[in-house]
Amino acid sequence: MLTIKVLGSGCANCKKLEAITRQVIDQMDVQADVIKVTEYPDIMAYNVMSTPGLVINEKVVSMGRIPSAAEITTWLANAVETESYI
Amino acid sequence: MQTELTKQEKMPFSNADLRSWAVVALAAIIWFILYNVIEPFANWLAYGLLALPQDSQLGQSLAFFFYDVPKLLLLLSGMIFLISLVQTFIDAQKVRAMVEKRGEGVGNLMAAFFGAVTPFCSCSSVPLFIGFVQAGIPLGITLTFLITSPLISEVAFVLLIGMFGWKIALLYLISGTTIGMISGLILGRMKLERYVEGFVYDIKPRSGVQIALEEKLTWVDRINRSAESAREIVSKVWLYVIVGIAIGAGIHGFVPENALTGIMGKDAWWSVPVSVLIGIPLYSNPAGIIPIVSALLDKGASLGTVLAFMMSVIALSLPEMIILRRVLKPQLIAIFIGVIAAAIIITGYLFNILI
Repeated sequence: MLTIKVLGSGCANCKKLEAITRQVIDQMDVQADVIKVTEYPDIMAYNVMSTPGLVINEKVVSMGRIPSAAEITTWLANAVETESYI
Repeated sequence: MQTELTKQEKMPFSNADLRSWAVVALAAIIWFILYNVIEPFANWLAYGLLALPQDSQLGQSLAFFFYDVPKLLLLLSGMIFLISLVQTFIDAQKVRAMVEKRGEGVGNLMAAFFGAVTPFCSCSSVPLFIGFVQAGIPLGITLTFLITSPLISEVAFVLLIGMFGWKIALLYLISGTTIGMISGLILGRMKLERYVEGFVYDIKPRSGVQIALEEKLTWVDRINRSAESAREIVSKVWLYVIVGIAIGAGIHGFVPENALTGIMGKDAWWSVPVSVLIGIPLYSNPAGIIPIVSALLDKGASLGTVLAFMMSVIALSLPEMIILRRVLKPQLIAIFIGVIAAAIIITGYLFNILI
């Protein structure tokens, strides 16, 4: 089970990132919890200064832009692989 | 696999990079050809296809419109691509690391420079502010960055090049950076830390967080990202450009010459502060305001007044202040607006006197 966090105060880009991430999750058919992090102190806890940010299993993989579906797919696949070792 | 990797490390460009560059080169050639045929094409459209007489008001306005719209959109896509390519080398983290070690003065200069070249979605202002303060960067330097970033917009810069030429575009760049720097220096001297919301100082980084950004971007990545951001920005502003040019053409055609000399000309000393005050609460996409600015200039408004108006519209706005209110107390917001407005007004006067 992956924990995915979308960091952002709720601007258009953050919503877009969340939508793309959910799409990728559906396509890959992985188990994942998508959490929206909208409060500034919580966003800053990840040291992310430009939103939107994407965090997979407490690892910040992207900030300040909307990554492509292909990139997100790679990150999720890597995270699933890492998780299976534990 | 191993040998391939070492090979790639040695060469600055891989095969995939070269392919991407070839696409860029081809696009540049097509761009150049298009850029050179739009004027004859616009004339043909207005005077040939629509058969309007060459000396008619309508014919000239339409020819102007058919020429200006594609010209500006082409300029925007090409230049924004190039600017975005440069921007792939800069991010907030790097800027912070570079500014962190500097004191007042040099720090403000660097913050203004990076503020000018880095674009930020206004929803990032607050995380940026907190991130800078957390790193111990003085408030004045942080504010310089927050002022310059929206004040210098790459869209505005490109449109100024397209409509008024390099000189005025550069003037905008230099004066905007200077305004950000000086306003930040003044704000820094005013000891305003007590007007920053307390929670900003209490935020602690979470333990166990890893930042795993892929630092090694290839040229393919950079080119793809720049093309994507150019596409996104142009798709966001094209409508503003068209509407702006149409309004501009309307003003151009129907408002009498020198109609504005009295109220926005050089001799009307009060016009600079009034324009700035009107511009503060207003917000418009820079793409929409510049064609209007151009029409105002045509009708006798002076350059300093018009640039001051434009800067106050894009730098200060109600939505931006509402966002900043999350981290700044009302007193600081008021001082912030006051100092920037004063700096813009002085710049407006300077241009009116000098040019």
